[in-house]
Amino acid sequence: MKTLDTLRTTMRRDQVWDFMRPKQGLELDMSHGTILYLEDISVTFDGFRAIDHLNLYIDAGELRCIIGPNGAGKTTMMDIITGKTRPDTGTAWFGQTIDLLRLSEPEIASLGIGRKFQKPTVFEPLSVMENLELAMAADKRVWPTLRARLTAEQRTRIDEVLETIGLQKHRAQRAGALSHGQKQWLEIGMLLMQDPYLLLVDEPVAGMTHQEMDRTAELLKSLAGKHSVVVVEHDMDFVRSIANKVTVLHQGSVLAEGTMDEVQNDPRVIEVYLGG
Amino acid sequence: MRSDIQTGRLQLDRGGQIFLILLAVTTLLVPILNLAVPTDSPLHVSTFTVTLLGKYLTYALLAVAVDLVWGYLGILSLGHGAFFALGGYAMGMYLMRQIGDRGVYGNPDLPDFMVFLNWHELPWFWHGFDQFWFSALMVVLVPGVLAFVFGWLTFRSRVTGVYLSIITQALTYALMLAFFRNEMGFGGNNGLTDFKDLLGFDLQSDATRIGLFIASALALAGGYLACRYLVNSKLGRVAVAIRDAESRTRFIGYRVEQVKLWIFAFSAVLAGIAGALYVPQVGIINPGEFSPLNSIEIVVWVAIGGRATLYGAVLGALLVNYGKTYLTGVMPDAWLFALGGLFVLVTLFLPQGIAGLLRRKGAAA
Amino acid sequence: MPVRCLSRTGLRARLIAALLLIALMPGAFADPGDFQQGAALIAENRFANLEDGVALVAASGDPKARQLLLALQGSDLYLRKSDRTLVIAAKGADGYDLTDPLTGESAGTAASKRELKRIRINNRLRSQLSAAIAGLDLSHQDPAVRLSGVNEMLANLDDDGLKLLRERIQVETDTEVREAMTTAIALGDLDSADPEVRLQSLDVLQGNLHPAVRGAIRRLIETDADPEVLKSAQRVQDSIEFKLELYSLAETLFFGLSLGSVLVLAAIGLAITFGVMGVINMAHGELIMLGAYTTYLVQQLMPGHIGLALLLAIPAAFMVSGAVGILIERGVIRFLYGRPLETLLATFGISLILQQLVRTLISPQNVPVANPDWMSGSWQINSVLSLTMNRMVIIAFCLIVFSALYLVMRKTALGLQVRAVSQNRAMARAMGVRSARVDALTFGLGSGIAGVAGVALSQLTNVGPNLGQTYIIDSFMVVVFGGVGNLWGTLVAGMSLGVVNKILEPWAGAVLAKILVLVFIILFIQKRPRGLFPQKGRAAEG
Ligand SMILES: Nc1ncnc2c1ncn2[C@@H]1O[C@H](COP(=O)(O)OP(=O)(O)OP(=O)(O)O)[C@@H](O)[C@H]1O
Ligand SMILES: [Mg+2]
Repeated sequence: MKTLDTLRTTMRRDQVWDFMRPKQGLELDMSHGTILYLEDISVTFDGFRAIDHLNLYIDAGELRCIIGPNGAGKTTMMDIITGKTRPDTGTAWFGQTIDLLRLSEPEIASLGIGRKFQKPTVFEPLSVMENLELAMAADKRVWPTLRARLTAEQRTRIDEVLETIGLQKHRAQRAGALSHGQKQWLEIGMLLMQDPYLLLVDEPVAGMTHQEMDRTAELLKSLAGKHSVVVVEHDMDFVRSIANKVTVLHQGSVLAEGTMDEVQNDPRVIEVYLGG
Repeated sequence: MRSDIQTGRLQLDRGGQIFLILLAVTTLLVPILNLAVPTDSPLHVSTFTVTLLGKYLTYALLAVAVDLVWGYLGILSLGHGAFFALGGYAMGMYLMRQIGDRGVYGNPDLPDFMVFLNWHELPWFWHGFDQFWFSALMVVLVPGVLAFVFGWLTFRSRVTGVYLSIITQALTYALMLAFFRNEMGFGGNNGLTDFKDLLGFDLQSDATRIGLFIASALALAGGYLACRYLVNSKLGRVAVAIRDAESRTRFIGYRVEQVKLWIFAFSAVLAGIAGALYVPQVGIINPGEFSPLNSIEIVVWVAIGGRATLYGAVLGALLVNYGKTYLTGVMPDAWLFALGGLFVLVTLFLPQGIAGLLRRKGAAA
Repeated sequence: MPVRCLSRTGLRARLIAALLLIALMPGAFADPGDFQQGAALIAENRFANLEDGVALVAASGDPKARQLLLALQGSDLYLRKSDRTLVIAAKGADGYDLTDPLTGESAGTAASKRELKRIRINNRLRSQLSAAIAGLDLSHQDPAVRLSGVNEMLANLDDDGLKLLRERIQVETDTEVREAMTTAIALGDLDSADPEVRLQSLDVLQGNLHPAVRGAIRRLIETDADPEVLKSAQRVQDSIEFKLELYSLAETLFFGLSLGSVLVLAAIGLAITFGVMGVINMAHGELIMLGAYTTYLVQQLMPGHIGLALLLAIPAAFMVSGAVGILIERGVIRFLYGRPLETLLATFGISLILQQLVRTLISPQNVPVANPDWMSGSWQINSVLSLTMNRMVIIAFCLIVFSALYLVMRKTALGLQVRAVSQNRAMARAMGVRSARVDALTFGLGSGIAGVAGVALSQLTNVGPNLGQTYIIDSFMVVVFGGVGNLWGTLVAGMSLGVVNKILEPWAGAVLAKILVLVFIILFIQKRPRGLFPQKGRAAEG
């Protein structure tokens, strides 16, 4: 009987055919209170080490700011988390169960990691609203996408986000015709539509006025708690206004970590920013 | 109100409306003018013209297929002629088998060229082509599966842009070389020809010609509507997103390779159908249809008509082919000059094609 | 007539003895009278006497003997009917020019063959003649003649010849001739009754590629009874076969490299315009075609100087194609930078126009382009491997063009500017590079190289309006395969594709080989979308 059972389990279709086996338990498991684990990650580009044994942990619901001089490897770190760049060594786990290094970009995105790029890229020929529609969390496989119709609920959601990003008046406008700052907002809106667990926001306020910066700060703060947010930013005032925990990246690894004040008084950080 | 997400209602698409109406009118009028109007009347449309129009319509369908992948998905395929030709060969094989023992050698099982090559048995891949349903299935499957396999290999490894174009060109070039070989079993250099009848109807008769013309018109209308449905769906917007910012589309969770793959294969199927309708009307299919020049000509039709409009592709296919027929009749030498000039002028001065010109006129008025 | 009394065997012995003598000390003991006597016997034109006559002439040691025997062998020896003297006839301006074989001087002319009577020979005489001539050859003062004599004997070796060779090898000074003689003697010894001798000669024949050797060994394996000899023979045959395979591999490699050179030549201009500038120039093939037509036109301008015309055509084609290229760049492409697909279409249109232009202005048919003498002929390395001259010239030419281009790109200011513009246009412009001028010049350079390739191709294929189309897809394949923006990649890719093609050809046929190569590249691009030698850096990702 037992052998028969063993046989039955080994001959199960998803055992025989590798591709029928789900890659992992694709449910996000944050039971230890940490949403992202980056451990001992290194990346080399033609001999240049952009990320050097980086360790970084993001807690669930946390709002983390990452600062560091140009070329410190901040964007590259996000590339690794979202699957664009594969590290040479190290591990990246999303929650307890999901190994990010084995997934493709769309898989990672649908698992709940959203990203705003340093250089805003929106879909220029589509209208603002269509941009949001495409980003919206939904079944994104081919056939369901072909059959998709907007439900009333989804329309309301789009309207909400439009209001949040202040583009109600521009909802029908071609995204390509927006100003730089408006594109930044649209990107943030697209991020919101995805409703991810983890938001990676690369330089959100570049090109914004002070008022807009404040609004962004408000928005990001309101997102924290329900979502985990990682913000990369060079504007120190902005960082001070939102962060309780700041990580300083330098030459591809963590130089210092702590509150804004701690970090700013750290002699090594001062040296990197002023002496370097 | 255009402010909302375009839901794809036909009322919003002026060009499409006009095109469909014109197509319907032609489809009704041409058979009447051919059959009911006496031959000596100036209004009479000769059977030759009917067939010519039918041929143009299959070209138009082919152009729509190319516009779908180029205009909306950004894949400049320089190998769509291959899918067209494969559909044509599938139909040609059916027509060959229909000849039966009426060939020159009178062999009931083997097409003439096989007898000529001293073959004694039908190659395995010719089996089943005596059945229309099977051939019709192959018209769809062969181009579709080839496109699927090709796309699966290519898109997965993220070959894009010009590289992709050049590989598609290599694909059709390789197929052309292959089909030129006698050993392939498709009639080599001469291809398949001397067809007699289709589903029992004599291919030379006026009624069959009219029937083929109407079938082509229906196929064009159907293909056009299917493509329109697709580009106006959310998938169509994803396609445009992929066209303009492929990697960004990945980061919001779309499986770009899959989207490309399915649309590409669908487009290949349309091309195959167009080819299948083309062959009985022109009466021959040979490896020349695979020539890279043919494929690139299709792209010109689309470019001239205006890409990413669908009806522009139809317009371009009809205009250019009419021009070709006219010019090769009047001044054979001038055709390549004209075609070449069109390529240059349109890309330089009319990037949106004629459709773009019309739209600008419409907007100004 | 005393000669008549000589018995056949006696004559033969005397002939051999005489041959040996002259072989050892040419001319020393020869009797000048024998030559006259022999010639007189031949002049009688009777089969019975002919043999004796030939023997006497051959033994005479007279320097004119060889010419006489050759004429007899070639059926050029006649009796003039009017005076019944021997003459050698050769077709002349009108009728036949006659030579007196006895003096070697001209003997006037004959208007028609009717004035002459041919000295006819039979098969037995024919073999006697070739042995006699070979023997004479062996003592000729020119080593080349001696060598061909030995080779002649190799083909049908008999005891007498063997004996002659054994003597002759003692005094032979030329190594090549000695080697051939050694081979011949060893071949003869294969028939020896003594297995020991056979074994020794097998050792000598190890790895020998002469066709006669291969045949002899095969016969030996079939007939020999001695196991020891058989084993050795088998070993020798294996060694020969191995060598043959090696040489045929070398030949395939050579063919492959020459095809590869053609591909590289066709693609290298594209490697500049497409690889470095990122411009998809579908009219590249037509620029090659223009180069080929320039060759044709230059040859038309200076008939009678084929070689010189070819050399002059190189700069001319560079100028013509380069100028057309610059025209295309200034007129069309510069408006389309950054829009690769549009560039592709526009340049394709240009290619159609250029083709039609050639059809209309010159001819829709292929035009004949002459090959200079030094391009034909071949270099015979050994009996199985010979390298044809035109292929070698192509390989050399390809390498020269490549090096020249490489130097231009690496060492000149233009090259530096080109690379700067291709990497970052805005930055280069900010640093004072006149990018428009650089673009035009680069494009002109790439196009000019295409023209030069056309000169080379005109020597290999038909020159017609479609010449370019045949090469455009191949060229793109080479550039893409090698990795865009990398001249070395283009060289390696072109050469390896050429070799692979030629390796596949014997068992797949030319067309299928080509299809296989195309399929291979299509699959390869899947694995390495950026080619063999990808360009690195963030900008390359996009
Ligand atoms: N694909 C790549 N190829 C080569 N080098 C790269 C690549 N991606 C990043 N780099 C290098 O890695 C280093 C880190 O780059 P990264 O973009 O992560 O910096 P950053 O911290 O985001 O800087 P900034 O604040 O200016 O945005 C840089 O020196 C960059 O040149
Ligand atoms: Mg950055």
